[in-house]
Amino acid sequence: MHKPAQILDSAGVKQAAFGAVKKMSLVSMAGNPVMFVVLVGALLAGLITVQRFLNGDTVGFELATTLILLLTVWFSNFAESVAEAKGRGQAASLKSAKEALQARRIRHGELELISATQLAKGDKVKVLQGDYIPADGEIIEGIATINESAITGESAAVLREAGTDHSGVIGGTKVLTGEITVLVANDPGNSFLDRMIGLVEGAKRQKTPNETALTVLLASLTAVFLLVVVTLPPLASFVGASLDYTMLIALLVCLIPTTIGGLLPAIGIAGMNRALAANVVAKSGKAVEVAGDIDTLLLDKTGTITFGDRQATAFLPVKGIAPEMLRDAAVLSSLDDPTPEGKSVLKLAVDLGAVLPVKPTDATFIPFTPETRVSGVILKDGIQGIKGAGDAMQFWAQQHQMQWPESVNALIRKVALQGGTPLVVASGTHILGVIALSDVIKPGVAERFARLRALGVRTIMVTGDNPLTAGVIAAEAGVDDFVAEAKPEDKLALIRAEQAKGRLVAMVGDGTNDAPALAQADVGLAMNSGTQAAKEAGNMVDLDSDPTKLLAIVEVGKQLLITRGALTTFSLSNDVAKYFAIIPAVFAGALPAIGALDLMQLHSPTSAVLAALVFNALIIPALIPLALKGIKLRPISAEKLLRNNMLIYGLGGVILPFVGIKALDSIIALML
Amino acid sequence: MFEITLIFTTALGLAWLLGSYMTGIFSGQSHFSDRLFNPIEKWVYRAIGVNANSGMTWKSYGAAFLISNLVLGILAFLILKFQHLLPLNPDGIGPLSWDLALHTAVSFLTNTNQQHYSGQAQLSYLSQGFLIVTLQFVTPAMALAVCVAILRGMLGGLNNDSAKEGEARNLGNYYVDLVRGVLRLMLPLAAIVALLLTWQGVPSSFDGAQKVNTLDSASPITEQIVPIGPVASMVAIKQLGTNGGGWYGPNSSNPLENPTPVSNAIETIALVLIPMAVVFMAGGMLRRKKFTLMALVAMGLLSVSFLGATVYSELQPNAAFAGLSAQGPNMEGKEVRFGPELSALWASFTTQTSNGSVNAMHDSFNPIGGLMTRSGMLLNAIWGGIGCGFVNFIVYVWIAVFLSGLMIGRTPEIFGRKLETREITLLGSLLVLPTLCVLGLTAITVAIPSITGNSNPGFHGISQVFYEYTSAFANNGSGFEGLGDNTPWWNISCVIALLLGRYLPLFLPLAIAGMMSSKRVSPDSNASLKLESPTFCFTLIAVILIINFLSFLPAAVLGPIGEALQLATMSLEK
Repeated sequence: MHKPAQILDSAGVKQAAFGAVKKMSLVSMAGNPVMFVVLVGALLAGLITVQRFLNGDTVGFELATTLILLLTVWFSNFAESVAEAKGRGQAASLKSAKEALQARRIRHGELELISATQLAKGDKVKVLQGDYIPADGEIIEGIATINESAITGESAAVLREAGTDHSGVIGGTKVLTGEITVLVANDPGNSFLDRMIGLVEGAKRQKTPNETALTVLLASLTAVFLLVVVTLPPLASFVGASLDYTMLIALLVCLIPTTIGGLLPAIGIAGMNRALAANVVAKSGKAVEVAGDIDTLLLDKTGTITFGDRQATAFLPVKGIAPEMLRDAAVLSSLDDPTPEGKSVLKLAVDLGAVLPVKPTDATFIPFTPETRVSGVILKDGIQGIKGAGDAMQFWAQQHQMQWPESVNALIRKVALQGGTPLVVASGTHILGVIALSDVIKPGVAERFARLRALGVRTIMVTGDNPLTAGVIAAEAGVDDFVAEAKPEDKLALIRAEQAKGRLVAMVGDGTNDAPALAQADVGLAMNSGTQAAKEAGNMVDLDSDPTKLLAIVEVGKQLLITRGALTTFSLSNDVAKYFAIIPAVFAGALPAIGALDLMQLHSPTSAVLAALVFNALIIPALIPLALKGIKLRPISAEKLLRNNMLIYGLGGVILPFVGIKALDSIIALML
Repeated sequence: MFEITLIFTTALGLAWLLGSYMTGIFSGQSHFSDRLFNPIEKWVYRAIGVNANSGMTWKSYGAAFLISNLVLGILAFLILKFQHLLPLNPDGIGPLSWDLALHTAVSFLTNTNQQHYSGQAQLSYLSQGFLIVTLQFVTPAMALAVCVAILRGMLGGLNNDSAKEGEARNLGNYYVDLVRGVLRLMLPLAAIVALLLTWQGVPSSFDGAQKVNTLDSASPITEQIVPIGPVASMVAIKQLGTNGGGWYGPNSSNPLENPTPVSNAIETIALVLIPMAVVFMAGGMLRRKKFTLMALVAMGLLSVSFLGATVYSELQPNAAFAGLSAQGPNMEGKEVRFGPELSALWASFTTQTSNGSVNAMHDSFNPIGGLMTRSGMLLNAIWGGIGCGFVNFIVYVWIAVFLSGLMIGRTPEIFGRKLETREITLLGSLLVLPTLCVLGLTAITVAIPSITGNSNPGFHGISQVFYEYTSAFANNGSGFEGLGDNTPWWNISCVIALLLGRYLPLFLPLAIAGMMSSKRVSPDSNASLKLESPTFCFTLIAVILIINFLSFLPAAVLGPIGEALQLATMSLEK
């Protein structure tokens, strides 16, 4: 898989540092009420410093407060800039392949060579063998093998063909063989990748619903603390104390939830980055957030749970028929069968010692048609080899006055029970036996479903197979439920039914007939190899076209919320210790009796306030790695998850600042 | 300690029985009480022109609640303002000043019973016996109705099974809930308690004041006028309806209002009975008995620890006695017959339930005891006022759900319905409201000493002002006393606190529950938050404590905590 740069180099850090300075204006902080208040506090403290300086008073404490507050805002902006830079880096590495591409645009039947950046939605371009595809789009004519390694990191070539469910192509990938006409899907600057870059850039970024809700809550808490601090001077003056305004600003900044307020934008951007790092392009931040709430996941069996190409795994003759006879008839029936199943029959026969005959030129070939649903070969001498699904062959036998032996039904059931697909083989006169075709489950699938189950996500497998076959595969793969004999339109109905029960549904799809279901699902993950219709309908596109990728997205969504919740709890718990540091300091001069609340025995009022402020500022950069990586998600029950997080971020959040502030106070005392 | 335990457990047991009775009368199914009450209620509905079968959306329910209060409020104001022109005024008592009339009307309308007038002397029989008694019966039932509607909304309303996602939900009929609350709950209970109190010797008579000879013959006064009246029934509804305004000035410390240990136990139980029963009712209405258990544990732990601290505080000597040989508990402002423990129990319950009646003077409590009474009021969710207490508790539950929901990696949801920006915006304003109101008004008042009008300087002065606004905002009504509070400033500022403290904390949660009721309901899974788990209960307690600790600690430091520390330093110096 494509590995984007995870760590910023020193130039990137420098750029982020400058970017953080540039964001330090009241206007650009307006979207973040908590840090806005800190910045206003810093400006007020600065004014007090200047005023005292002009009056010839000491300004050490005021100056230090101003600087620490500015640093607090800068740390918050730095966190956001780093997250942005990482996102831009990841997106750019995906995007770079597209730059400086040439396109052969078809206009009025003529080809013209233009720069890829001039392409607009709806343009048709011709891509020849060896060319790079100039833009995202859909093949409308032709077939080609394409190397997509520039985007997906997967070096094996993929086959893309017009009119199939694999008609989507990505700009910047290279056509190895073939010649295609591509319909351009987007205007310049409006591709999925461009939109994804918009999601990680601060200025263009829209807050996700949950982030907005949390911002409102944090703003309310900020308002509460503003009231607490603003009402203190009149109360204090009633008991004859006058309070130091710089200390009050410090108290306010320590109380408002700066830790989560400072890291909130970075957490959101980092969530998008993690999705992008998993090679999933989300069209909105909301989609990633919703993924964490998914209750039901709808999966196609074929290509998702199993490899999809069914392989012949055994020949099962009916009673009284020699195994070789069945084998040879099976070989004969598959001589003209170009499907993977047909080829696997020949392969199995060879493995069992058969010698493949030369394909006769004078034989009659019965091609597979949707009407008869059987295929085979009739040699000139009347020897036949016919195969087909059980019910189709029963009809065939009836028409050709063949006897249908009872034991063949048992064989059919046996194969189906094991999750295989039975094909009945007949000679011209007799039913000979059954070929067992088995679907092979992809390795690691069962583990992923178990993990999803632990996260509360039910998986439902959708398949066109009969219930028996479906049941076996379902049990083996460990899905919670399955729908057998499903038609494409059943998916839409199934999603609606699940949603009617209140469930949030995710669905993975690639075909045009998946598009309505992808649009209806709360999270629709389209495969990049899929059709343009599917990609438009879904709200995420997986560049690797790996259907089980949804697990990663569910985890990213959950991590996003957990990180926010844990840091909010941590931020609030921190306040307890800060109160015990600052309140005695604020009142120390005027009301000595309150000194008894100084549990930490801090050195002096000034050192206590500075220690609390420095702790408050430093905790932001200390938590940047956690905000960017997200809190590790383990598949445990909600109850345990809450208990762990409450212990670490709630209880830990109460205790840590007592230790931290005491330590900082000792250091500051040495410096004073 | 034995008496405290006995009263506490008896109250819980009775609340359990009463709670299932209340579930019955509000769940809309046929109930054994129907045979008696249906005919009366039918007549009442016809009289007030209500179609009992029509349901209401949260908006019309909220509107009915506000409009009925407005009408009642205007009526109350007019009666008080013009009582001198109205009948039933044999003593020729004059009108109240407009600000005092407004404060008194709003105070009783909000189920607060904060009194800035002095006792019976300023109210006519019509004002006292008709208006105030009516409000004491009706206003608790109004808040209870809103609480019932919120509980219905949390499960999607009465039409949950038939309504589609996003469709307006039926939260019941406000007037039906109100009438049932008065007729089936408040009146019968008040009758029972009044009979029990009469049995214990509380006056229950329409006779005039009694003239009695004093016992001390050496005293220059040989005769005393003892006012009596229908005291038992007044006291019953005062206690049951989280009202708190007594018949006699000294409230239930007066021996005629609270004559015996048994009457004291009955009145103490009556204080918490309905607020506790609401917790049991909630489990019944939500069809989640375990939710009741969780709420009982959360409230019980907080209640018992506050009670414990108060009892401990009052068992300590009064600071004025420090260093003297006369040690013993703080008996200042307490009845000797009740002693420190039962006084502390009453004080805890009356502040936790927003009742406000007293059997001892809270102003004279030791500082920690004073702090605990104030904390009980500020939280206003440990039992709390009838209906509104549990609604406040639900607000804390919502906030805790939001935080814990995030921490388990899901969009926060309760009973399957998601808490989103709209709901959080309203919850946020409910968070800001107490600080805005209590701290804001306290700061303004102490900043202008000419309007403060209190008898104590320093920390204790702040405590008094802080207590007055807390009591008004929490619709409690108890006073720290010592304030010259019948001034236009005190009357009007308290009216603001009373109104904000009553209507927003009931209306906004109704709006939240109403908006959430029509949302998609996600099914329970092992990834959803378990509200009934010990972890959530602990989180909830932490949220309740931390929010209030952070909001009010600095003010408390300048009030009771500062006072306690100062007294401690003084006694050390002695």
